Amino acid sequence: MTLAVNILLWLVVGALAFFAAIRGRVLLNNGARDGAVEFILLLPRIAIGVIGSGFVAEVLPKALIAPWLGPESGFTGVVIATLGGALTPGGPVVGFSIGAAALKSGAGAPQVIAYSTAWALYAIHRLLIWEVPMMPARVVWLRAAVSLPLPFIAAALAMLLAKP
Amino acid sequence: MNETSPPRRRRRAFDWSTAAIALCAVAAAATVYWRDGAEHFLAIFGSDLTLFGEMLPKVLAGCLIGAFVTLLLPRELVARWVGHESGFTGLAVAAFFGFLLPGGPITIYPVAGAFLAMGADAGAVVAFIVSWTLIGYTRALVWELPFFGADFVIWRIVEALPLPILAGVLARIAVRAGFAREPGDQ
Repeated sequence: MTLAVNILLWLVVGALAFFAAIRGRVLLNNGARDGAVEFILLLPRIAIGVIGSGFVAEVLPKALIAPWLGPESGFTGVVIATLGGALTPGGPVVGFSIGAAALKSGAGAPQVIAYSTAWALYAIHRLLIWEVPMMPARVVWLRAAVSLPLPFIAAALAMLLAKP
Repeated sequence: MNETSPPRRRRRAFDWSTAAIALCAVAAAATVYWRDGAEHFLAIFGSDLTLFGEMLPKVLAGCLIGAFVTLLLPRELVARWVGHESGFTGLAVAAFFGFLLPGGPITIYPVAGAFLAMGADAGAVVAFIVSWTLIGYTRALVWELPFFGADFVIWRIVEALPLPILAGVLARIAVRAGFAREPGDQ
């Protein structure tokens, strides 16, 4: 699985590099450089998040997570997870670290999906910091309002399509 | 095509939310070390380090794909397609570009603003932003994959596939029912 994903990704990289090379050597060099710089800047955050979430999961009170967010928690668990997602501040490292740690400590997959979907769609700080300054406020609130049911729909689909 | 190149993102290798997570990680690691001993500590550290190492080629591929798509796909063309299409096709086109366009919030929201300026309706813009948030591949590859692994991420994205269109349809219903107005109306 991991190998197949890797091969597919690097085929896409190869194809894009080929098209860039056709349009000129400068474009090829710029693309490779931009991608590499982005990667180097991301490394410390991802390292801290991934390595840290293993330890955080180990110290999380499993006795609390399982009943509130475990696979048996059902709809209540999805509601708690959605609220948690909406109130989680911070960048991608924070939301994904918490989600991964919860999953490792016994939270159910649909509940984790509700959490990360809610956090991605309407974490309050993100609406205020990013979206409101760059878009008409009317569109931002409309988008947030129609996004409200989406974590529940994602969790419901996750319960239907049982994890392979 | 210099005018279509995206604004430079201000990127630093470190920020406050990463610092907060680092603090939690160190505290948690210290707790594990004192409570469970060095052996258990090293076992967790080793397995997380392996996970991290296995993810690096995918994260690098994600960064390169994002960089090349940014350079190869003129943003004005994208905005024109989304702005002039309406109906269901408009939602589908907007959702597709949400999947395709790489970048973080600082590049995505200005593009969404350009869609509005070029005549896209609120439904298309909502579909675009929700699609970028939930099924955009750069986010999934670069951020989500290292934390959750390929199986979980692919499974989550399958469940998210209908959501951008659904959000766009809901936005259009809300506008039509008078709960919200089109951004162009006064």
